[in-house]
Amino acid sequence: MTTLPMIESKIHPAVGEWELPEFVAEHELPSREGDRIIQYREALREAMSHEMRNDERVFLIGEEVAEYNGAYKVSQGMLDEFGPKRIIDSPISENGFAGMCIGAAMAGLRPIVEFMSWSFSLVAADPILNNAPKMLYMSGGQWGCPIVFRGNDGAGGQLGSTHSWCVEGMFSNVPGLKMAIPSNPYDAKGLLATAIRDPDPVFFLESERMLGDKAHVPEEQYYIPFGRARKTREGDACTLVSWGRPANFCLDAAEKLAEDGIECDVLDMRTIRPLDMDAIVDSLKKTNRVVVVDQSWPFGSVASEVVSQICEHAFDHLDHQPVRVNTRDVPTPYAKGLEYEYLPNPERIAEAVRGVVNA
Amino acid sequence: MPIRTVYEAKIEHMQILDEDGNLDKKLAKGTLTDNQVIHLYEQMRICRELDEVAFKLQRSGRMGTYPQNKGQEANAVGSALAMKKGTDWIVPAYRENAALFMHGLPMHYVLVYWMGDERGSKMPDGVNITPLSVPIGTHMLHATGIAWAHKIRKDKDAAVITYFGDGATSEGDFHGAMNFAATQQVPLVFYCQNNQWAISVPRERQMKSETVAQKALAYGIPTMQVDGNDIFAVYKATKEARARAVKGGGPTFIEGVTYRLGDHTTADDARRYRDPKEVEAWVAKDPLIRTRLYLESVGKWDDKKQKTLEEQAKKITAEVVRTAEEIEAPHASDMFDSMYAELPPQLIKQRETMRTSSIGQNPEQAGLKASPERV
Repeated sequence: MTTLPMIESKIHPAVGEWELPEFVAEHELPSREGDRIIQYREALREAMSHEMRNDERVFLIGEEVAEYNGAYKVSQGMLDEFGPKRIIDSPISENGFAGMCIGAAMAGLRPIVEFMSWSFSLVAADPILNNAPKMLYMSGGQWGCPIVFRGNDGAGGQLGSTHSWCVEGMFSNVPGLKMAIPSNPYDAKGLLATAIRDPDPVFFLESERMLGDKAHVPEEQYYIPFGRARKTREGDACTLVSWGRPANFCLDAAEKLAEDGIECDVLDMRTIRPLDMDAIVDSLKKTNRVVVVDQSWPFGSVASEVVSQICEHAFDHLDHQPVRVNTRDVPTPYAKGLEYEYLPNPERIAEAVRGVVNA
Repeated sequence: MPIRTVYEAKIEHMQILDEDGNLDKKLAKGTLTDNQVIHLYEQMRICRELDEVAFKLQRSGRMGTYPQNKGQEANAVGSALAMKKGTDWIVPAYRENAALFMHGLPMHYVLVYWMGDERGSKMPDGVNITPLSVPIGTHMLHATGIAWAHKIRKDKDAAVITYFGDGATSEGDFHGAMNFAATQQVPLVFYCQNNQWAISVPRERQMKSETVAQKALAYGIPTMQVDGNDIFAVYKATKEARARAVKGGGPTFIEGVTYRLGDHTTADDARRYRDPKEVEAWVAKDPLIRTRLYLESVGKWDDKKQKTLEEQAKKITAEVVRTAEEIEAPHASDMFDSMYAELPPQLIKQRETMRTSSIGQNPEQAGLKASPERV
C-alpha cells in the first residue's frame, strides 16, 4: 500500500488551455466613432462568431438559437456558418442544458448558453448558482468552469412580471461568478468577446429593450476588460452610477439637468462582478454626491451594495447621503404606464439628482 | 378506425449469480474469469472494511457525516471493471467508493473529503473522476455534458458512467439528463443503484412505476434491470452498455436492484423507519456472501484466504486513515484559493485583511483594526 501526497492545486488538464486576451487602455481600443452602424444584437453575434471561428471549443446552445435564428435573432445566420454541431437547438429545459454545459465545460469545451430570458434561468438555479460558480472551489482548484450564460434581463417590454426578471441583484450575491451588463452595442461586443475568453463562469446580461439599439461598432474583435467602468459624461455636481439599460437613462437625465446648469459625472460600470469601486471613489472626490441607478428591486440590490461600499470606502468624501433609484418594490406591472413608472426613468433620475444637489 | 397499439414494452431482469452462490453458466460465459472474481471480491471486502472504519471515525468525532456503501458494493465493482480505466470517465454521486478506487482514486482521498476538506476532490493526474456530488441528480447533467464533449471532440473509445440512486430519478435533473443524452446520443451509461430507500421514503412511495428501468423507455434509451448484488450481471450489463456507447449507439440505462444495508448517512438511524425483517432478508443477499460462496464452490477460496484478506483489509484501511489524518489542515487564508482562475483585487484585499472586521476596506479606517488578540 503506497500512499500519495495531496496534489498541488491546478486546473484539470481536461479543462484545457485558457488565455486571456491582451487588454489595452480605454483610449487604445478601436474608436467608438464611425459609420459602421449596427444593432446591439449584431454586435453580440459578431463577438460570438469571431471567437467561434478562432476556437473550435466554443459553441452556442439554447432554445431556438439554430433553425429559428434565435428568438430575438441574436444568432441569425450562425447555424449556416457553423452548422448544427456548434449552434444547437436545445429542448425546453433550462435546468437541463445549463447543467449539461457545466459538464461540457469541465470536459474542455467552452459553452455559450443562451437563456431566451434570464427570467427562465430561475428553473436552472441549481446548475448556474450551485454548480458553475463553485466548481473550481469545491474541486480544490481543479475543475474550472469556462462558460458564458447570456440572455435578456430586465423589464420594459410589457412582458409581465414572470418574464421581466432583473436577476443581477439576486445572482451577483454569489461568489465565483463574473457578471457583465453592457449598455450599448460597442460594449456588448467588447465585453462578450472577453466573456467567452474568460476562464470563469460569466453571467452576461443583455436587454430585450436594447437589442435594436444602433451605434458604430468596429469590425475587428476587441476586448474590454472586466472591472473597468467607463465615464460617459463629465461633470462636478453629482456622480451618477449605473449599468445596463438605465446607464442610458442616466445620460438622458444628465442632458436634461445640464440645461439647468447641473453637470453630472456619469459612470457606466459595465461589469458588476468585478466592480470598479475605484472609478466611483475617484468621481466622488470631485462631486461629493452620488445617485446610484439600478433597474432591479431595492432590497438587497446591486445599488445597495454600491452604496454600502461607498460608505465603506469614501465616507469622508460625501456631502450628502448616497441616494438610490431602483424599481419600485413590487412585481413588474404588466400595464405600460405602470411599468414605466416602476422602472428607473430619466425623470426619476433627474429628480433624485436635483434633490441631492439642492439639499 | 380500430384502436391500435403504438408502443409496447417490457423490462428484462438479469441475474447470473444467485444469493446462494449458484452461477448461470450460460449467461456467465465470456463475463468474469475466476481471477477477476477474486479481484472484485477483494475490492468489495476492502471497501466494506473502510466503510466500517469510516463509521467509527464519525462516531468518535474524527470525521463528519459519512454515507455507508455497505451492501451495494457489487454495483460499484462490477460496473467499474467493465469501464475502461484512464480512458472513460466516472461521474459519481457518493455511494460507489469501490468504483472510484478501482479507477485510481487513492482511498484516503475519500476520507479527506468526508473529513471536510475540498482537497479530497482534487483528482491525481490521469484519474478521470469528477468530485463526489452530494446534491441529488445534479451530476447526471454534468455527466451528460462530459459525454457530449467526448462525442463532439470525436474522442473515440471513451465513454462516461454516472451513478445515482432511485431517489434521484424523481429529480428534474434526471429528466433533463436522460432527454439530452438520448437526443444527442452521447456515450453514457446511466447506472441507477436502486437501494430501495430515498432516506426514509421507500421506492413504492417515491414512484408508481414498478421498476426504475422502465423510466428510460420514455426517453428512447435501451434499459434493463440487473441484480445489483451480482457482480456477473452488473459487469455484463455495463460491458454491453459501454460497447454500445463507444460504437455511437448512445446512452444505456441500468437499474441495479440492491439494498442499503446501513443508514442513509451517519446522521440517520434507519431502524426508526425500516422493518428489521426486510433488512434481514437483504442481509442474506449481501454481494460479499454470494461471491465468496461462488469462489469456494469453484475451489478458489477458503478460510485461510479469507483470513489473509481480512488482515490485509485492516492493514490497508489503518494506513488510509493514518494518511488522511496526517494531512495538514488547510490554513484559514486558503479559503480564498480556487475562487477564480485569477484572484480579483477585491478578494486579495479581503485575504490581506482577514484578521480584521474589514470586508475589503482599508483596515486603517476607524473601527476596522484587528483587536490585539486576533493580530
